[in-house]
Amino acid sequence: MTKAKKPKLLQGNIACAMGAIKAGATFFGGYPITPSTEIAEYMAAQLPKAGGRFMQMEDEIASIGAIIGASCVGHKSFTATSGPGFSLMQELIGYACNAEIPIVIANVMRSGPSTGLPTLPAAQDVMQARWGTHGDHSIIAISPYSVKETYIQTIKAFNLAEKYRTPVIILMDEKIGHLREGFDVSDDEIPEIIQRKRTLDKENYIPYENTPSMVPEFIPLGCGARYHITGLTHNEKGFYTQKSDEVEKFLFRIYDKIEKNKEDICEYEMFEMDDAEVVIVSYGSVARSAKEAVSKLRASNVKAGLIRLITLWPFNDTLIYEKCHGKKLVLMPEMNLGQLSLEVERAIKDTPFYSLHGAKADLIDPKVMADKVISLLKERGEV
Amino acid sequence: MEKKFNITINSAWCKACGICIFLCPKNVFDADDEGKAVVKSLEKCIGCLSCEVHCPDYAIEVVEVQND
Amino acid sequence: MQTAYKKYFRDNLPHIWCPGCGNGIVMGAFARAIEMLDYDKDEVLVVSGIGCSSRITGYLDFNTLHTAHGRALAFATGAKVAEPRLKTFVIMGDGDAAAIGGNHFIHACRRNIDITTIIINNNIYGMTGGQFSPLTPKGRKATTAPYGNIDRSFDIVDLSKGAGATYIARGDVFHAFRLSYLIAEAARHKGFSVVEAVSTCPISYGRHNKFKGAADMVNYLKKRTIALNRASRMNPEALEGKIITGIFYESEDEEYCDAFERLEASVKKGARK
Repeated sequence: MTKAKKPKLLQGNIACAMGAIKAGATFFGGYPITPSTEIAEYMAAQLPKAGGRFMQMEDEIASIGAIIGASCVGHKSFTATSGPGFSLMQELIGYACNAEIPIVIANVMRSGPSTGLPTLPAAQDVMQARWGTHGDHSIIAISPYSVKETYIQTIKAFNLAEKYRTPVIILMDEKIGHLREGFDVSDDEIPEIIQRKRTLDKENYIPYENTPSMVPEFIPLGCGARYHITGLTHNEKGFYTQKSDEVEKFLFRIYDKIEKNKEDICEYEMFEMDDAEVVIVSYGSVARSAKEAVSKLRASNVKAGLIRLITLWPFNDTLIYEKCHGKKLVLMPEMNLGQLSLEVERAIKDTPFYSLHGAKADLIDPKVMADKVISLLKERGEV
Repeated sequence: MEKKFNITINSAWCKACGICIFLCPKNVFDADDEGKAVVKSLEKCIGCLSCEVHCPDYAIEVVEVQND
Repeated sequence: MQTAYKKYFRDNLPHIWCPGCGNGIVMGAFARAIEMLDYDKDEVLVVSGIGCSSRITGYLDFNTLHTAHGRALAFATGAKVAEPRLKTFVIMGDGDAAAIGGNHFIHACRRNIDITTIIINNNIYGMTGGQFSPLTPKGRKATTAPYGNIDRSFDIVDLSKGAGATYIARGDVFHAFRLSYLIAEAARHKGFSVVEAVSTCPISYGRHNKFKGAADMVNYLKKRTIALNRASRMNPEALEGKIITGIFYESEDEEYCDAFERLEASVKKGARK
């Protein structure tokens, strides 16, 4: 019997679910919502075979509550949703930030606001992923731009969640979620999976110890460490505190543990950037069009390059500044009315910046991007 | 043979709510000037533990005295 | 002799609850119930929501999880399904359980997951200073019902039964020993168990409703509560304004984690085909 061949064409949502199982997720709590439901369906069918448990909860708040509960008692846990559900999950995303509970949330973005266009793509939840929940916190958000990358980045999302004890959000737009394309992942492309510790091997465990790494060791409840987890701001032992010095130390720690580790966390791809005089900054499915636009511009000898952000949050402003300052201009196409482009514009400081807003609930045509660059260069008398 | 009991009150934890004083079937307790429970007539205690089980602050302990 | 229950408390007492607050009595009753059950501390998980009563998890020496307002059952469901070995308790206030948490409550009942839920019903939102809740009787006063509450209130026993809970009991803080027994029986029951613990809030509820303090409120429960077996022999008029306590409902149905094991067995069997 020949070895089962890897599926030729695979859907993005399925690749995400497969990545979660590969990463060792053993609990999924979710609620049906277009365009992410295929992830829940796959988990319902495959998780039991992988020694895990799938639950369809009564709503998205229950879904994220359940996965935080499962993570607290030792299980890598996962949920998938889209805009309306993502909005409902915000309060408890903040809980996972405060209590530092590793969870992964796939948000397959559709055009909003509100019910919007459930089956059409957008990237209108990018700022929500960063600031949707109340209170100062940091967060990790990743935007894959292919089916294969969705699989790999989902595995990395679980690793980052474990390593930094934080929620990690996978921001796929509907096109990536529903796209079917070739999927051949060689073993060496699969990142090493961070296993979760499930036993306590020392005397007194301080659950929120302020270590130099800024990330306390996470021993789940019920694994020999009988301690207290709360969404109230807490001291190193995990109990409520309102002492200002403890509060300050806490807030800076949960913020800095991510914001000060951008080198380790942030991933990006440079495409034709070595001699680029014009830069396109992009992410997600729009970046596929941007690559095409760069080639078109190169064909009409405009030295264009692309910075494709894979990690959106934390936002790597130093990288963007280094790569963009001094260029003739920077263009940022986005499937929204300007969200991450606000960060890019802030980061590149004095370099001329233009954004190209996509509000058609559809991909942005490479030709539109290329023409925009050329018209801008003309306007600026650069060509 | 009549049982004897000893009652200890942790006045640091007692919040003077008056529940024990009210519920004690034998009026063993009295309220001090802060309203906190004090043992007035220990000998009347029948060890029913109503005080201990109703104290919201676990400030009362009733222990049977084992006479040797 | 009796003080063995204190081994289930952490060393961060005295607690923050007001003088005469029923939460302290319930926490004592809960600890006594665990003592009756003789559970190992490491195998007990206690999950609470937000509100005065939900601060209980901070004081109990178990695996404790203090979640968000109304969401304790969602967290507890995920934890229990993932780790069925954990003896899981959820402790919430009346607003926590029946208002914002109402949807999770009825679905947890429906699933019949082996969780013991204690709803500490003091008829008020205490933490926020005395607003009415879905369990506040009609006519009672609160800071948000200055002219008397016009909302009809739930009967948690009926609501739990309608939603599918398979053990339903109501106790009160006057009958504190009995409350421990009801909690222990709830924990012994395999399936979703609900214990409504009728409690007192002298500061937020008592003062707004002409009670003369903590003792008066406990006395009110002493006079108003009536055991189910006696009540069932009385006509409705005589039961007017009475609080009926006892075990109202007990039935057997497949427990949710058992259903998972059944599913996993069939998947394994199917895979071998």
